[in-house]
Amino acid sequence: MTISVAMTVNGKPVSGKVEARTLLVQFLREHLGMTGTHVGCDTSQCGACVVHVDGKSVKSCTMLAVQADGANVTTIEGLASSPDKLHPMQEAFRDNHALQCGFCTPGMVMSAIDMVKRHNYQLDEATVRHELEGNLCRCTGYHNIVKAILAAAPAMKAAGV
Amino acid sequence: MTATGIGARVLRTEDKRFLTGTGRYVDDLALARATYAYFLRSPHAHAKIKSIDISAAEKMPGVVAVYTGKDVAESKVGGLICGWVVKDKHGEPHKAPPHPPMALDTVRYVGDTVAMVVANSPEEAKDAAEKIKVDYEVKPSIVDLAHALDKGAPQVHAEAPGNLVYDWEIGSKADVDAALAKAAHVTKIDIVNNRLIPNAMEPRAAAAEYDKGTGHYTLWSTSQNPHVLRLILSAFVLGIPEHKLRVIAPDVGGGFGSKIFCYADETLVCWAAAKVGRPIKWTAERSESFMTDCHGRDHVTHAELALDKDGKFLAFKVETIANMGAYLSTFSTAVPTYLYATLLAGQYTTPVIYANVKAALTNTAPVDAYRGAGRPEATFVIESIVSKAAQELKIDPAELRRKNFIPSTAFPYQTPVALQYDSGNYPPIIDEAMKIADYKGFAARRSEAKARGKLRGIGFSSYIEACGLAPSQVIGQLGGGVGQWESAQIKFNPTGNVQILTGAHSHGQSHETTFAQIVSDKLGVPLENIEVVHGDTATTPFGMGSYGSRSLAVGGSAIMKAADKIIAKGKKIAAHLMEASVNDVVFENGTFKVAGTDKSVPLAQTVFAAYVPHNYPLAELEPGMDENAFYDPANFVYPAGTQICEVEVDPDTGVVEIVNFTAVDDFGNIINPMIVEGQVHGGIVQGVGQALLEKAVYDSDTGQLLSGSFMDYAVPRADDVPSFKLGYKVTPCPHNPLGVKGCGEAGAIAAPAAVMNAVHDALAPLGVTHVPMPATPMNVWRTIHGA
Repeated sequence: MTISVAMTVNGKPVSGKVEARTLLVQFLREHLGMTGTHVGCDTSQCGACVVHVDGKSVKSCTMLAVQADGANVTTIEGLASSPDKLHPMQEAFRDNHALQCGFCTPGMVMSAIDMVKRHNYQLDEATVRHELEGNLCRCTGYHNIVKAILAAAPAMKAAGV
Repeated sequence: MTATGIGARVLRTEDKRFLTGTGRYVDDLALARATYAYFLRSPHAHAKIKSIDISAAEKMPGVVAVYTGKDVAESKVGGLICGWVVKDKHGEPHKAPPHPPMALDTVRYVGDTVAMVVANSPEEAKDAAEKIKVDYEVKPSIVDLAHALDKGAPQVHAEAPGNLVYDWEIGSKADVDAALAKAAHVTKIDIVNNRLIPNAMEPRAAAAEYDKGTGHYTLWSTSQNPHVLRLILSAFVLGIPEHKLRVIAPDVGGGFGSKIFCYADETLVCWAAAKVGRPIKWTAERSESFMTDCHGRDHVTHAELALDKDGKFLAFKVETIANMGAYLSTFSTAVPTYLYATLLAGQYTTPVIYANVKAALTNTAPVDAYRGAGRPEATFVIESIVSKAAQELKIDPAELRRKNFIPSTAFPYQTPVALQYDSGNYPPIIDEAMKIADYKGFAARRSEAKARGKLRGIGFSSYIEACGLAPSQVIGQLGGGVGQWESAQIKFNPTGNVQILTGAHSHGQSHETTFAQIVSDKLGVPLENIEVVHGDTATTPFGMGSYGSRSLAVGGSAIMKAADKIIAKGKKIAAHLMEASVNDVVFENGTFKVAGTDKSVPLAQTVFAAYVPHNYPLAELEPGMDENAFYDPANFVYPAGTQICEVEVDPDTGVVEIVNFTAVDDFGNIINPMIVEGQVHGGIVQGVGQALLEKAVYDSDTGQLLSGSFMDYAVPRADDVPSFKLGYKVTPCPHNPLGVKGCGEAGAIAAPAAVMNAVHDALAPLGVTHVPMPATPMNVWRTIHGA
């Protein structure tokens, strides 16, 4: 049995027919072909799949596609305003070498943006480290990710995003 | 130094695609008419398969095919190979039990492959697998390494009596025993190097397609070394001629060793693609990664260090049992021998060393190289015993190390365990580390912590590693089945931009940036006009791939050789264009000049002339500007460094907090300091993970993997680790053209000992001399309370 779902992804209306068990991440990756959102585990631990649903960061491996029916979803593909103009968080990750293999990166960036906003653009190292508890990275040792997020917070505020 | 050349902090070329969600990993592939594989895996550590009934599974919706070990065996698929023959102390080759990609009649670890379902969707494949009925006769299993070689232990393979793969030794036992017998002091340790699960963030994946019109196979795989994978599959396992098999390793999400090896899964996906006549995709669930990725470390070791009354090392004896798991993986046998025991001199002048290594089979996942591979285990033994000796002799741990360092004047230095260190200068490294870590201020910080009820400790780890694998003839003499050179091709296009094709593979190491910097520096081509191509056997020259911190030292050197060939050819073209003698032409900053004149021709003009040879010395010179090079190094490279870790232990809870962490390394010349720092950070955190958090646990009774998810196996999270203070000292490698060593593994090699030595130092006032690794709150609390 399939169920119809419709939602807005990165500002564009999308729809499809899914199984009841289809996860939001599967809908994004397999139905829409948006493979920027990754799956790194099967226990909602690694955070590679984080997207924004109605402005809040969500692990898209832990939400059914049908639960996102009618929602406004933003993925890593929808962050940059143009191919040459990255989001300040994306810029900060690049400037601070906060990524190596790139696999955890989409989830890291999406979590980080939500974190900065929830803390009203004011963060310290301990807060960033604590907030990153739901995102695993095996390459960077987190040092540069923390640096990037601390650098991005004022940049996001200045850019009004 | 130019703004984009060697030594510059250039931002990464590869970042844009990863930051915008446009990276291309294996699971991102959309293949027309794709099917999906699911592997049924053994729930038992050791069992006989009495029967398998696939009839119900075959009838499930969407199922295309179901295969068992019998089908695989009937197709004459060969066993997975171990590519390194280690000869035991009697000169006999190691025991090599067969490793069928799918179990035929016996399963030997939880996760061993039992059946394969191919279906129209991953969900349908998994649903159908649940309908396969396997009748197992469960047999006794052995997962505990310390007892694997005991008399009466359950036998993993009939081909390896007593579970012994080899009993190997290096060095003179008689000399070492004699020195131990008469030494003023002998320090002894018994340590377990805890078993780790690599956990690259991208799970392993494979996809395969067969073209029946041409007989060509294409295999996409999360591989660190696609050419080697193709070679193994062609020559040993599947028998597909090498020219009919293309292996592509696109963007790969981390490897740390675990993606070097030829696994059953990709073998079977490739094999079955021809049988079903449609592409097949498979991506591991994380639970499968935990169960079936090759694990790392897992040693039980007794060591003794003999010292004279002044603390000079006289002899070192090491006895290790190393876990191989249930089958011998691709390079497993080399890890606890040639990558471990040959490193036991460390940074010290210890005159005689003896090591005995027994490799054991157990009913656990195969164990093979994981970041550092043997060298972290060696460093942990050396640096643990040196710190313990310092404590016993009441000598400052830095002082004891300094007293025994190989002096800078002694290089090249022949160790008693085969290696010849090419270069190094260790005292300035430890001095710099102590300065950065404010070693002088430690006593005051310890007192201050004590006032807060915390036990503060400081730990040193001075490591050496041999990496940049390696001289092929040495590898061959030691039993390695492959060469260890690397390849490069520099291909100019007529318009002057460049492709660098490399046999190395980047899965986080940043080759697309670093390799381009080398060519930009050497040939004066702007960075944006250079592209690095890797990971596809159809487009890149045969190469050995990336592991063992070899890509820059060996692959980068091949690029330098290819660039030299470009310059040599460009000189001849330029000489022709400028009507000068080749001997008078020099190359500077991307331009050929006639010395002592104002005549010049930019490299790009010689490239154009080479592709449009209207005014060109065709009689003496071929057209085109495309040069290949292969580089086989003269020796390993020997990065070295000192890490200093400072911890605070809460004696009430056993929680260890790292409050300060310094690493000073000598990686030779550095191409991009930003990237090197990132490699060091990541390596340290994997080492810290081993020291404080990570341990693969199998249940002794049932052989079940108890640490089978991120909820049970503690990969370090951001709030488990601090930020790091790094420093560098440079002694260029004397035998490669870049003067570089390797930086990928150093952090993970040194960190476990630095952390554990700090923990032991913190707990010394309580009389504690040994905490088992990882120093989890429970292990620390139990040790403190003698529980």
